[in-house]
Amino acid sequence: MLAPVLELVAIRKVYGDTVAVGDVSFALGRGEFLTLLGPSGSGKTTTLMMVAGLVAPSAGTMLLDGKPLDPLPPYKRNIGLVFQSYALFPHMTVAQNIAFPLEMRGMDRREIQRRTGRALDLVGLPGYETRYPDQLSGGQQQRIALARAIVFEPRLLLMDEPLGALDKKLREQMQIEIMRLHKQLDISVIYVTHDQDEALVMSDRIAVFNSGRIEQLGAPEELYERPASRFVADFLGESNFFPGIAKVVGGEHCEIEHGKDRLRGRSRGLAAGQAAVLAVRPERIRLAPPGSPALASENFVSGRVRNIVYLGKSRKYIVQIDDGVEIAVFEQARGDRIPTVGVGDAVTLIWPVDDSTVLSA
Amino acid sequence: MPRGRWFWLAAPALLLIGAVFLVPVGWLLLRSLSDPRWGLQNYAAVFAHPVYLRVFWNTIVIAGSVTALCLLIGYPVAYTMAHAGERGRRFLVFVILIPFWTSLLVRTYAWLVLLQQNGLVNRVLVDSGLVAAPLQLVYNRLGVLIGMVQVQLPFMVLPLYAVLSRIHPRYGQAAATLGAPPVAEFRRVYLPLSLPGVFTGCALVFITSLGYYITPALLGGRQDLMIAQLILIQIGDFGNWGLAAALAIILLFGAAVTLALFYRILAARQRPLR
Ligand SMILES: Nc1ncnc2c1ncn2[C@@H]1O[C@H](COP(=O)(O)OP(=O)(O)O)[C@@H](O)[C@H]1O
Ligand SMILES: [Mg+2]
Repeated sequence: MLAPVLELVAIRKVYGDTVAVGDVSFALGRGEFLTLLGPSGSGKTTTLMMVAGLVAPSAGTMLLDGKPLDPLPPYKRNIGLVFQSYALFPHMTVAQNIAFPLEMRGMDRREIQRRTGRALDLVGLPGYETRYPDQLSGGQQQRIALARAIVFEPRLLLMDEPLGALDKKLREQMQIEIMRLHKQLDISVIYVTHDQDEALVMSDRIAVFNSGRIEQLGAPEELYERPASRFVADFLGESNFFPGIAKVVGGEHCEIEHGKDRLRGRSRGLAAGQAAVLAVRPERIRLAPPGSPALASENFVSGRVRNIVYLGKSRKYIVQIDDGVEIAVFEQARGDRIPTVGVGDAVTLIWPVDDSTVLSA
Repeated sequence: MPRGRWFWLAAPALLLIGAVFLVPVGWLLLRSLSDPRWGLQNYAAVFAHPVYLRVFWNTIVIAGSVTALCLLIGYPVAYTMAHAGERGRRFLVFVILIPFWTSLLVRTYAWLVLLQQNGLVNRVLVDSGLVAAPLQLVYNRLGVLIGMVQVQLPFMVLPLYAVLSRIHPRYGQAAATLGAPPVAEFRRVYLPLSLPGVFTGCALVFITSLGYYITPALLGGRQDLMIAQLILIQIGDFGNWGLAAALAIILLFGAAVTLALFYRILAARQRPLR
C-alpha cells in the first residue's frame, strides 16, 4: 500500500463506564473505499466523528497524511462528512448549501458558481440551485449532501449510513452512484453501514465492528471466505455452525469432533482439545440422497429435511441433522424443475473441506 | 372529522376575549369619537400637540430599548439553557421565573429601594471606591430600563429557549466540518435558525412594553412619561375621557400594526422552523 492517507493508532473513546470505541487501529490507503460495518451501537459513528473532529478521542493518535490530526479543530481538517440525516441547512437553498464550504474558504463568486454547478452535475441534479432542502425528496437531499461534502475537494470523505433512510431500490441505485463518484473523483472514503450487502458491494476493504473493536479487517471476499471469528461469520452473510471439540490440529486444517461425526476445515491457531465451531455458508452445501459417497476433500453429515422455503432465485432447505442442530442449505432454483427432495426426506449434506472454517467457539 | 368541530373547544376563550377585550375597546372607540361631541377632534388634538407625540415617541423608544436589552441579555441565557444539562436547565428556568413570584408593584418598589441615592447599589459602589459620588440610578431613563428589563426578560428568554432547544446540533457540526470556524458557524447557521425565536420574543416584549405604567411611573423621571401614564393623567387629572380614549386607540392600533409586521417577517422566515 502507498503511504496511507489516514492512520488511526489505538483510538479509544470512553463515555463514563461505556467503552464506545476501544483501541481501534487501521490505515486508509489513498483512493481506498473502506467500510466500517457492524451492528447498531458497535462504535462506528463514534469512530467517524473522531476522525471528523466532532468527538475528542480519550486515547490514541490519528494521522492525516502523516501529520497528527488531533490538534486540528474540525473546520481545519478538510474532511467531508455526510450525516445519516443529511444535515442540509434548511434556511439555505441548494446552491447556498453547496457554496457554503467554498465561501468558508474565501473563494470568489465566479469560482463558487462554477464549482457549485459542476458538483450538481456530478450528483445528477443540475438546475436545482434555487430549491430549498424541504422541497427535495430524501434521495435528492442525499445527493445534495454528497455534493456539499465533495465540492471543496476534501482530503477524505466520511459517510455515516448515508442511505439508511432510503427505500431498497433507491438505495441500490445510490450505491452504484457513490461507487461511480468514488472512482471518478479518486477520493479516499470511509463509509459506515450496518447493511452487510451494501458493504460487500461497495467496499475495497471492510472493517467489521463489534462492541467498539474491529473484529476483522480485510477485502470482502476475505471476510466472507475466511471469517476470523464466529461473529464475523455470522454478521457477514449467513453461516451454519457445527459446535465441537478440536481434535487434530496441524497445517492449514483442523478436525473437530461434532457428535459422532468428524468434520474438517481451514483454521489458524487452534489448540487440540479446545472448544471450536465449524462454519460453512449455506450455498456451499449440496443435498444428496442418503448414504451418497463423499470425496476425501469433503465433509458430510446426514439429516432430515424439516422445511423448504422458496425464495425466488433460490430455495432454502432447513435440514435437521442427527443431533438436532438445524442447518440451512441454499440451492439455486432452476426454472420450474420440481425439487427432487421433499420435506421429511432423509438426506446427506456434503461440502468441501476448503469451504469450511474452524473457529474458536 | 370536519375541521370546524374543534372550533368549539376555543369558544370559551373566544367569549372571554370578546367580553373583556372587544366590548371595552368598542366602548373606547365610541368614546374617542363622541366625547365631548361627535367628530375626530380628539385625534386631531393628539396629532396637533407635540407633547402627546413626544410621549408616543418616548413609549416607542423605551419599548424598543427594553426589547433590545432583553434580547442582548436573554439570548445568551436561552442559549445556555438550551445547551445545559437537565439540572442546569431546571435551575435556569427556576431563576428566570422568579420575577413572577412577586407582584409587579412590590418588585418595582424593591428596585426603588435598591437604586435610590443612598440605596444598596450606590452604597456598594461608593464604599468599594468604584465611584466617588452616588450615581443617579433612578427617576430617569436608566431606572425605567432596569425595572422593565427585569420584568420583561422571561418573555424574551422562554420563546427563544423553545426555538434554540430544537436546533439540532448536527447543523453546527455540519458547518464545522465544512470549514466554518465558531463565529461563522454561529452567524451563518445557528443565528438564522434561531430567528423565529428572536422575532417571537421581540414581538412579545415590545408589545407588552408599550402599555407599561407602574414601572415608568415609579422609577422614571419627567422625561420618561409613557403613553399609559398620559392616559391616566388625562382621565384622573383632567377628566378628559375623549382624549384618553383616542390615545388608547392609537396605542392599540400601533401595537396591532407592530404585531402584524412581526408576523409578516415570521411568515417569510417560516422555513427555518422545519
Ligand atoms: N455522547 C454519548 N454519550 C454516551 N454514550 C455514547 C455517546 N455516543 C455514543 N455512545 C455510546 O457508544 C456506543 C457506540 O455508539 P455509536 O458509535 O453511535 O455506534 P454505531 O454508530 O455503531 O451505532 C453506544 O453504546 C452508544 O450508546
Ligand atoms: Mg451510528
